[in-house]
Amino acid sequence: MEIIERSAAQIAREVNARSLSARDVTEAVLARIDAVEGEIGSYVSVLHEHARAAAARVDERVDAGESLPLAGVPLAVKDNMCLVGTRTTAGSKMLEHWRAPYTATAVQRLLDAGCVPVGKANMDEFAMGSSCENSALGVTRNPYDLTRVPGGSSGGSAAAVAAFEAAIGMGSDTGGSIREPAAFCNLVGFKPTYGRISRYGLIAFASSLDQIGPLTRTVEDAALAYDVMAGKDPMDATSIDRAVEPTATHLRTDLSGMKVGLVKQFGTSELGGEIDAVYRKAYQDLQALGAELVEVELPTADYGLATYYLIAPAECSSNLARFDGVRYGMRVDGADVHDMYEKTRAAGFGPEVKRRILIGTYALSSGYYDAYYVRAQKARTLIARDFERAFAQCDLIACPAASSPAFQFNAKSDPYSMYLMDYYTIPMSLAGLPALSVPCGWTTPAGADRPMPLGLQLTAPLFKERDVLAAAHAYEQKTQHAAAHKPAIATVGA
Amino acid sequence: MSSEKIDVRYVAKLARIALTDDEVERFGAQLGDLLEHVNALSKLDVSQVAATAQVVESRNVERVDETRPCLDRETVLEEAPQRQGGFFRVPRIIAE
Repeated sequence: MEIIERSAAQIAREVNARSLSARDVTEAVLARIDAVEGEIGSYVSVLHEHARAAAARVDERVDAGESLPLAGVPLAVKDNMCLVGTRTTAGSKMLEHWRAPYTATAVQRLLDAGCVPVGKANMDEFAMGSSCENSALGVTRNPYDLTRVPGGSSGGSAAAVAAFEAAIGMGSDTGGSIREPAAFCNLVGFKPTYGRISRYGLIAFASSLDQIGPLTRTVEDAALAYDVMAGKDPMDATSIDRAVEPTATHLRTDLSGMKVGLVKQFGTSELGGEIDAVYRKAYQDLQALGAELVEVELPTADYGLATYYLIAPAECSSNLARFDGVRYGMRVDGADVHDMYEKTRAAGFGPEVKRRILIGTYALSSGYYDAYYVRAQKARTLIARDFERAFAQCDLIACPAASSPAFQFNAKSDPYSMYLMDYYTIPMSLAGLPALSVPCGWTTPAGADRPMPLGLQLTAPLFKERDVLAAAHAYEQKTQHAAAHKPAIATVGA
Repeated sequence: MSSEKIDVRYVAKLARIALTDDEVERFGAQLGDLLEHVNALSKLDVSQVAATAQVVESRNVERVDETRPCLDRETVLEEAPQRQGGFFRVPRIIAE
């Protein structure tokens, strides 16, 4: 297998065994990036020199006898995460030229574990979007069909890993921004429990929901990356002070003894015949692996979108107040300081960011706070309680990861139709639960000439990351759906 | 919950974003549409429900109050849109 196609686990094994150098891996991946970036556009910045220097340090450490869990593994860092000295844009004109003065904790932990950062990945502006089309800094295409979106907001990270331009992609997930692009790009995408991974150095969108996680080609790689990133960080007061159970050493190949809940409210028949059949088969496969299937109810899950589109914009309107042209980022001069703020924010933010700031400001404004924001927070309580009740009957919940396969560019011009893509992922985010998308089959959309991947979402109670990854591994090993089709781009190794 | 139209200009003023007339019209319609969707929440009985701000149990976190390294002034000011000496430069705030 070509170097660039190898899993993170395999690369780390070989680099630690010194049968392959981090330098060789890095050169192979940089060559791949140079060959396909014109078609895919995964990255806002490619870090040629940074990567070479990091690879040299990894080789030195390995030569000195260290064994690193992710030795030499090429890493795509979503461009809302700080890496010192590199441009960190959040996909926005506002930060187009901003260089991070420090490194995010999650990034640093991966670097310490031997990862080599090869690029900063494109994303929907400030992580607001489900297709990457809201990036102000470039177009990212789905490696499985260049006429389709890679999903979002972590679309650049997803496209990079799917196109063999990295082995691990770092994503952030607020309402589905890791799981939906993973489903669209035939990847594993894992959002751990809220607070499991430090948000220090992650440019904030909605602070009570944002969570960092990996996008990878295998479940084992997601587990390896999670094990490295998870754990308390004194720099993030909301990071959880609780022992992290290692997951990569506890992956399973069967599901005996596990109860998997199928959500009564999440029927798949309306997703279309072929897609419905994929999910029905996926549930049968879980059963064939030894799981007992039970029906569970999430009666308030249908209110997830409404709840989310008050809470997330409210938090974003507050978080993005910091972009005012004073201390960093863009400034547009004005007649006085207020004029400067208004002109800077008018020029720096794209339409979706403005819409969300406006709705959030409205929901928090005098006279509407109780009617909108507080009511949404109460609805959030009900949604979390629904999950608690459901998990009294099962260990995991299985459902789709997205409402459709990857769609074509400009297909969702109405904002609400884009929001609907995250119908299945938002309830888990509101409840803070660990949830993962794993490839579960293929469907050929109407008018398309090639099949597109679909994702199965597995969700566990708070802190049960090990169960999610263990079960996803068993399912992946049995079904091998990801291997059924190759990306549509230039032949590997050509 | 209210179904009245959003005064987009007023909200944009609160949010410190200058909008064009075209944006006022477009965002007004789109936000009105979104509000209709979120108004579905009025169907939920939340009279006996506590609000959730954070889903994972959390408590106030303290650390020892002692000096420790932080970003130095020069590093921070390098990213400033405009600076003067050791300060951020901004338009005059207090009238003459």
